[in-house]
Amino acid sequence: MDFFTLALPALSDAAGLILQPVVLGYLVMGVVMGLCIGVFPGLGGIAGLSLLLPFMFGMEPVLGLALMIGMVAVVPTSDTFASVLMGIPGSSASQATVLDGFPMAKRGEAARALSAAFASSLFGGLVGATFLTLFILVARPIVLEFRTPELLMITVFGLSMVGILAGRVALKGIAAAGLGMMIGTIGEGDSAGELRMATYDMPYLVDGLKLVIVGLGIFAIPEIVALLRQDRSISDRSPLGGGWAQGVSDWFRNIWLSVRCSIIGVVVGVIPGLGGSVVDWIAYGHSVQTTRDKSKFGSGEIRGVIGPESSNNAKEGGGLVPTLLFGIPGSGSMAIFIGAIALLGSGNIEVGPSMLKNNLDITYAIVWLLALANVVGTLICIAASGGIARLTTIPFALLAPFLFMIISFAAFQSGQDIMDLVALFAIGFLGIMMRRFDWSRPAFLIGFVLSNPAETYANQAVQIAQSRFRKGFEDGIDYIFSPIVIVLIIITVLSVVVGLRQAKTIMAEGAVESGTKRAPMIFLLVVLAYLILAFVNASMIPDYAAADRVFPRFVGGVTILCALILLVQMMLRDETHALFADREASDAKLNAYGLWSTLAWFAALLILTSLLGFILALAIFLFAFIRRRAGKSLGFAAAYTAAGIAFMCGMAALLNRDFPAGLLQSYVDLPWPLT
Amino acid sequence: MKAWCKLRQAYTARLAGESPGLICPSQIAAEREETMIIKTTRRVAMGLVAAAAATFATETSAGGHGISLEGKTVEWVIPFSETGGSAKWANFYAPLLSEALPGNPTVVVKFMPGAGSTKGANWFQEQQYEDGTLIFGSSGSTQFPYLLGDPRVRYEYNDWNVVLASGTGGVAYLPPDLAGQMNGLDASALQGTDFIYGSQGATRLDLVPLLAWEMLGLNVEPVFGIKGRGDGRLMFERGEANIDYQTSSSYLKGVTPLVEAGTAVPMMSWGALDADGNIVRDPTFPDMPTFKEVCEATPGCETSGEKWDAWKAFFVAGFPAQKMVFLPAGASKDAMVTYTKAFEDIKARADFAEISAGRLGVYPQMTGDEAKGALSSATQVPESAKAFVTGWLKDRYGVDLNG
Repeated sequence: MDFFTLALPALSDAAGLILQPVVLGYLVMGVVMGLCIGVFPGLGGIAGLSLLLPFMFGMEPVLGLALMIGMVAVVPTSDTFASVLMGIPGSSASQATVLDGFPMAKRGEAARALSAAFASSLFGGLVGATFLTLFILVARPIVLEFRTPELLMITVFGLSMVGILAGRVALKGIAAAGLGMMIGTIGEGDSAGELRMATYDMPYLVDGLKLVIVGLGIFAIPEIVALLRQDRSISDRSPLGGGWAQGVSDWFRNIWLSVRCSIIGVVVGVIPGLGGSVVDWIAYGHSVQTTRDKSKFGSGEIRGVIGPESSNNAKEGGGLVPTLLFGIPGSGSMAIFIGAIALLGSGNIEVGPSMLKNNLDITYAIVWLLALANVVGTLICIAASGGIARLTTIPFALLAPFLFMIISFAAFQSGQDIMDLVALFAIGFLGIMMRRFDWSRPAFLIGFVLSNPAETYANQAVQIAQSRFRKGFEDGIDYIFSPIVIVLIIITVLSVVVGLRQAKTIMAEGAVESGTKRAPMIFLLVVLAYLILAFVNASMIPDYAAADRVFPRFVGGVTILCALILLVQMMLRDETHALFADREASDAKLNAYGLWSTLAWFAALLILTSLLGFILALAIFLFAFIRRRAGKSLGFAAAYTAAGIAFMCGMAALLNRDFPAGLLQSYVDLPWPLT
Repeated sequence: MKAWCKLRQAYTARLAGESPGLICPSQIAAEREETMIIKTTRRVAMGLVAAAAATFATETSAGGHGISLEGKTVEWVIPFSETGGSAKWANFYAPLLSEALPGNPTVVVKFMPGAGSTKGANWFQEQQYEDGTLIFGSSGSTQFPYLLGDPRVRYEYNDWNVVLASGTGGVAYLPPDLAGQMNGLDASALQGTDFIYGSQGATRLDLVPLLAWEMLGLNVEPVFGIKGRGDGRLMFERGEANIDYQTSSSYLKGVTPLVEAGTAVPMMSWGALDADGNIVRDPTFPDMPTFKEVCEATPGCETSGEKWDAWKAFFVAGFPAQKMVFLPAGASKDAMVTYTKAFEDIKARADFAEISAGRLGVYPQMTGDEAKGALSSATQVPESAKAFVTGWLKDRYGVDLNG
């Protein structure tokens, strides 16, 4: 049987691959980085992986995997710190933990909440890894049968998940996904090389926008800006207190809840596109439903911590299923993960069916790494909880410029072009607006990521099917409607129906109050204007390149329709309706600073970069920001700036990269790193 | 560093199932006569280079007419991403070049992907020669848009100074049942079959196989939108495509296992050029017939005339001189001499044939006048061939290159 001839040797090969001191060292390094990323509120797996991306070029595959898996696996463990201690979700996967974890911390039971959360996280992580092992075993023979129509259906299935992500207003979610797909079509078409929403006079757009930039812009920047505007002070943090042992025994008493929530996590993780932002809410809902005395939820019920924390680590194992098997990202961070694997080694490994076929040992190495990272991460979290907890006391005004510096650098690595920074800023602004008006950002990212496979697979499947039909009708039908395709169609239809029904109860990003009519409407009109422009632009593609025209026209048409219906609804409904969700209204009390003044800082960094080059601009930016916004002394600001610049130069030297040059550099020859 | 390197070495050997692809610094002095294959990250490569530089510093000095690059860093710009064939080629040469150049500069490979190499080449066109620390690596995908008059091309090969030209070849292959229908070299039995081919685009290197198959009378429909030739092979393996081609190194690595397993049969190679410019059998695949032989044996396919001349011109542009190294416009004679000598020294290494065969295939690595000849044959396609191909692309695929 397959299991004994193939899987067992591959499993032991994989164990051999990773049980080397170097690999384990990289794993620990990844875990430590993941801990830090998770602890800082607002940053999750997407930002963390994006930062690792430039290091992946040409790295030995196993080492790179160890680094990335180490990071991805522990983010849901360490993000608990911020959720419990500060009441801010450390990443999108632990929003529900805040509800009961934070009240516990306020009661002085932070340690109990944390240890219960770590125990649940560890358990969930191991369940996820076990599931992944079994699933690969079972699914491998089926996946190897996949051809283009099957891959297309899997992509469509991933897109159908948008229905669940959509939130309270389903049309908005579909429009967000459509917008993401349209942004994904920018640049040279894959089939005939015609340009969409780009010109050869601006070579930057010809290759389309890079995933790193879109991921960072849509997720990381809005969160950082939002936290920066709130400018929380240190006193928000509660002391850890005692009760470590009690937390673990709490978890053990509720072990069946943990089992069930882990399974929920795995299942939700498997569904492409859902990923982190909803799984904790589903698990939380399940915890509430299955508890007899519901009165304590929201004021410090330990089951409210165990449920979400079991599920959010388990989902990483589940999320790797579509990622590894089909090359379809299970979540935003998995999308970046796929991009990173392509860079590993000399590009011989590619996730999806070919990896299961040719690199089964690498596939299982990922599983082992995932399990191991969960164990290591939990151990470090418990052992160093005092120190890690102190990280949450760093005021965000000190953290933000550093994060911006790293994000800009990571974005610049994708194209080595100053336009990378402009694109980052533009997409970041879009992300801020989408967050503000409660347009689903996960839906947007899924649309963006799946845009290209959907278009290519559709074009290819149609072309190959035509040729088969020419051979004979039966040949063609056999090709398009294989048993796998039919099963996938049924699953997709079911998921859309169930998803739309459930969507209203799942708040992917928490509840948002409604504000006035004007601002959401203006945003909708701007989006609509872009969609129409892109539609018209695609329509102008001549007939001989029709293959590049069909997809953007179809997606654009559907999205425009959605937007128009939304527009009509907006005119008819009154302003308390969920359509007019506006975070500016609900966060008004929290925000200490205005949006525009905060954005102006980053716009200034961008403009200065275009004039003086990145390093000089960065120096001015860091110094001014720390001095003015964070209100630190001149000496402190100077030291911070020096440390930041040194860090940046160190990274660039290590990677052998240059920084963006400005106008100044075209007149004067400056030595590295000012070039 | 040492233990770390040994481990990596063991690891690389495991994965590749071949002899270690990585030599640790401590081994270099002892083993440098034997092998110097470096398959590693740039960081480690730089460590190696530093070690090598220390070993060689006393032996080499700048020649009378050369330039010294001591203490400098040579940037080798590759207009593709880190994962392609050009990256492998540059990473093979970079450490050797560092060793061979006077003063043993650090050689770093920089990647500038975009618009199928047009972006990087346009950038290089704007660079002026300064001190010989900038070189550029082009590929067939850089040559074809130039030849076809792609409106995006703002570079001019005649401005650049070639110091190395590396050749390669290509092999077309079929599923066993279709290959069995061929009557010896005569492919006419295949003319009734509907062929599907995963293609990167008709204006890219795929032009050569597409035109060749058409000349044989095969009805090949290209399915566009694949990202690399590896995807084309996967399509073939899944049974969706039933004809494919790979460049030599990819064929050796990806298709040879299929041939051994009986799921693919080589159809023909594109061949190689002899000293007189005739197409002869590819030295890497001496047992395989060339397209020329198959064409001669197939009724209706002519090895003369407009179509053949066009095919040969684009084959010559795309394969026998596929990858070239350039110094920017205005390079001094001294710099040219220095780089040419460095590449000649690399070729003259006792172990060169051995270490290059596995990574580059058995193909000419041309320097000096030979390289100049290769460049001109690769970039000066007769007007008639160009006109034929642009017309053919427009009629057959609707690609209007003047628009």
